[in-house]
Amino acid sequence: MKRDWLPLLLIPALMIGALPLIGSPASWVTLTVAGLAMGLMIFIMASGLTLTFGLMDVLNFGHGAFIAVGAFVAASVMLALAPWMTADSIWLNLAAIGPAVLAAMVVSGVLGLAFERVIVRPVYGQHLKQILVTTGGLIVAEQLLKVIWGPDQITLSRPTALRGAFLFGDVAIEKYRVLAVAVGLVVFAALALTLNRTRIGLLIRAGVENGEMVEALGYRIRRLFVGVFVVGSALAGLGGAMWGLYQETVTAAIGAQVAVLVFIVIIIGGLGSVGGCFVGALLVGLTANYIGFLAPKVALGSNILLMALVLLWRPQGLYPVAKR
Amino acid sequence: MAEPLLSLRGVQTHIGRYHILHGVEFDVAEGGLTMLLGRNGAGKTTTLRTIMGMWRAAAGEIRFDGRDITHLPTPDIARLGIAYVPESMAIFADLTVQENLVLAARSGPPDQKRLDWIFARFEALKRFWTLPAGLLSGGQKQMLAVARAIVEPRRLLLIDEPTKGLAPAIIANMIDAFRELKDGESTLLVVEQNFAFARQLGDSVAVMDDGRVAHQGGMAAFAADSALQQHLLGLGMGEHQ
Repeated sequence: MKRDWLPLLLIPALMIGALPLIGSPASWVTLTVAGLAMGLMIFIMASGLTLTFGLMDVLNFGHGAFIAVGAFVAASVMLALAPWMTADSIWLNLAAIGPAVLAAMVVSGVLGLAFERVIVRPVYGQHLKQILVTTGGLIVAEQLLKVIWGPDQITLSRPTALRGAFLFGDVAIEKYRVLAVAVGLVVFAALALTLNRTRIGLLIRAGVENGEMVEALGYRIRRLFVGVFVVGSALAGLGGAMWGLYQETVTAAIGAQVAVLVFIVIIIGGLGSVGGCFVGALLVGLTANYIGFLAPKVALGSNILLMALVLLWRPQGLYPVAKR
Repeated sequence: MAEPLLSLRGVQTHIGRYHILHGVEFDVAEGGLTMLLGRNGAGKTTTLRTIMGMWRAAAGEIRFDGRDITHLPTPDIARLGIAYVPESMAIFADLTVQENLVLAARSGPPDQKRLDWIFARFEALKRFWTLPAGLLSGGQKQMLAVARAIVEPRRLLLIDEPTKGLAPAIIANMIDAFRELKDGESTLLVVEQNFAFARQLGDSVAVMDDGRVAHQGGMAAFAADSALQQHLLGLGMGEHQ
């Protein structure tokens, strides 16, 4: 099967190009791992959104709500299990993180189901209304988070086992970032396997291309969409929980802040493409870290610039999905 | 007289603010091939899409096998045993040829005998089995679109311009395939502009004009009536291909 490797090559090209600019190999390794970790966390949050857009043409600007809810729910569970978080046993640490992440995914998933029913379903096929109503949903969700958890930010401490860094000579790699990379790769592998090796995945890929024809073949794509929406919301919750631990603070605005990066990633990757989302997320994560080190003043705009450059090269994104 | 497999009564369809079908009425008898003919814009494609529920009938009734399907969702209509091949082919370009056919076979992996039968008529599909369908030529995509509709037995096949852009050798294979299907398990309703193809295969014909069925009858009688052809289609069949 003919594959388009060119966008994938951008990742090593960016890494190699950054090395002489950064100068110190130790700093380069640290920044690269940080960039990969950041990128993979964004990928976890963005993957569901790109599929929901691809499947049903739904522009969900409220996706940040699932990220924020995931972060708050996970923070609450971890704070309730604080003694386990601060214990010296990695198993007790994991026993705190596991339920926290699970709770974040379940609550975000259920919220996603309600969001689809109440907010998204009435505006299928109406992009302007989708933007307005889902943005409104995000604002309402943010305010509800303040009502439930209070207006102040929650400070989180990483569990003992994930504090500090692995040292390899001069190279320091934060332990938490290694975990983020591992979780991100597991999520990507699980999505890739589901999409490429299962019948549900086949239906999702076909639905992203031409939902109407999938229905004409006898499949109820609306149900499929609800399923993808819920899974995407749960993944956003997982990403929110991880992002909260990454930042070590959780605020009601966390979802809206990360959602900007999430949208940049899915646009760079090509709307509807999980592979493109993966490559786009890694590019965004690496660029943010390299530019943050080299020219902190322009770091904020670096991802917008990256998006503009990618769209100049490929206006439909790195891996455009064939649409009917 | 036996009840028709498919019947349309007074079907009206709007697309946006345009009123396309103005009370379409015709029957498709079980076990034959009905050609749906008409000038461009007569409403043939809209009729097929309305039968499939892809555009909703604003009025009228569509019955399949004695059951009112007018307001059923598209997947439920397909699950009654109706397959649709759109004019645009609508193959899944990012999926391989194999994946396109696996998806179309709802009841499980495609039957190997059935696949061999399809490959015998559309050899290119076997050759490019693992290739993304988007890389096929126009004619090969058309073969895939038809193969997707017949990868499992279906009671009624709705096919929109199957010969469009096909080489004569492939058209001959398609004629063979449709002939075997109508003599065996399926009933076919085919929209066609290639009148030579229509005349060879059609048992009956419905001719549309301005969103209505202006004539329905046997193909043999229609093929012999050049005045009627001239009146309904603008040209006699003899003047086509």
